[in-house]
Amino acid sequence: MTDTLHLEIVSPERLLKDAEVAMVVVPGTDGDFGAMPAHAPMMSTIRPGIIEIYETESGEPEKLFVKSGLAQISDTGLTILAEEMIDLDGVDTTELAAGITEAQGAVNAASDDMARDQAEAELEWRRVLSEIVS
Amino acid sequence: MASLKDLKNRISSVKSTQKITKAMKMVAASKLRRAQEAAEAARPYAERMETVLAGLSSSAQDTPGSSPLLIGTGKQDVHLVIVATSERGLCGGFNTNIVKAAKLHIEELLANGKTVKILCIGKKGYAVIRRDHGDRIIDLKDLSAVKRLAFADAQPIAHEVLAMFERGEFDVASLFYAKFQSVLVQVPTNQQLIPAPIAETDDDAADALGGATYEYEPDEASILDDLLPRNVATQIYRGLLENAASEQGSRMTAMDNATRNAGEMIDSLTITYNRTRQANITKELIEIISGAEAL
Repeated sequence: MTDTLHLEIVSPERLLKDAEVAMVVVPGTDGDFGAMPAHAPMMSTIRPGIIEIYETESGEPEKLFVKSGLAQISDTGLTILAEEMIDLDGVDTTELAAGITEAQGAVNAASDDMARDQAEAELEWRRVLSEIVS
Repeated sequence: MASLKDLKNRISSVKSTQKITKAMKMVAASKLRRAQEAAEAARPYAERMETVLAGLSSSAQDTPGSSPLLIGTGKQDVHLVIVATSERGLCGGFNTNIVKAAKLHIEELLANGKTVKILCIGKKGYAVIRRDHGDRIIDLKDLSAVKRLAFADAQPIAHEVLAMFERGEFDVASLFYAKFQSVLVQVPTNQQLIPAPIAETDDDAADALGGATYEYEPDEASILDDLLPRNVATQIYRGLLENAASEQGSRMTAMDNATRNAGEMIDSLTITYNRTRQANITKELIEIISGAEAL
């Protein structure tokens, strides 16, 4: 049994992270869950939120914001498929606020369910992000 | 017979053309490297997506009420053909090959009495397809402003395709692009996007997930519903990346040939030039000698 968890974060553009870590906290759709070594196999969708990566059990976590994605825990480790990651330090709050207003407008203007769903998803991650940043 | 001056002009013009093609070849070579790197970097995501999907879909396939993105609408009447080509020309047979493959497919569908809708990505393919199937083209996606292809470029296209599917505007969607094999070989490929093709070896797919029993949060169906639309975007993105690499590879080969041809042309023109020059000198000498003899 290994005492570290193999973590892989992949985006469509590249492999973002490939590391051995102690614990990862993932914002699952049904609630946050912590993945530690030898976790039972599971699969979960991810809601907008922070992924916390603990390289050591007592250390400070590395934080990454994800918009959406899929987490898969198997025998080989934790794999996170995420389309977009945002660096928390690089967030422009004014731009974000403008994005929220715009997304809100898109939700109101949406003509069918599909467009509304999309607009709502856009709005959702911006809201969560702005809460975290402020 | 062309005069000496004409020949000289011709040679210098071919020389400057050769310089241009040589430069284009080098630019294409460096762009190709970048495009290949991008295609390579995108591979892990697509591969993992595939394993997860294959594992999930093999179990969901028989379940009624599965997403139509997986099992289809039950009809095959309206086909959406997405043709991805380049924005720029001078890349050998790249666009022609893709368009040829797409046209063949379209004509076959039409012969079988299906309705065909065409979505063009890249204006080079659009220009050719418009001639025969202009009324079937529903949209042209212009990516000429895009310098470095990002996932964000593929996403809006995928959203649009999905929205159309949701509105029931087509039953089957396929994507035409050129798969990059090597600098010399690019294979025009027809990839079905909707319904998602299911890996034939279902047993292997289940094994790929480790054979373990997974716990699903929220549940299998919702994960699948979440994943399938994203898979469409991933596939389009992947196709566009392959296309970008193929385009540069094809251009590199084409420009290499052009440079070589220009070299040959310069050689043969130079020989003609020298022959003409010699002939002129001989002619002048004869004139002088015969003039002297006449005195």
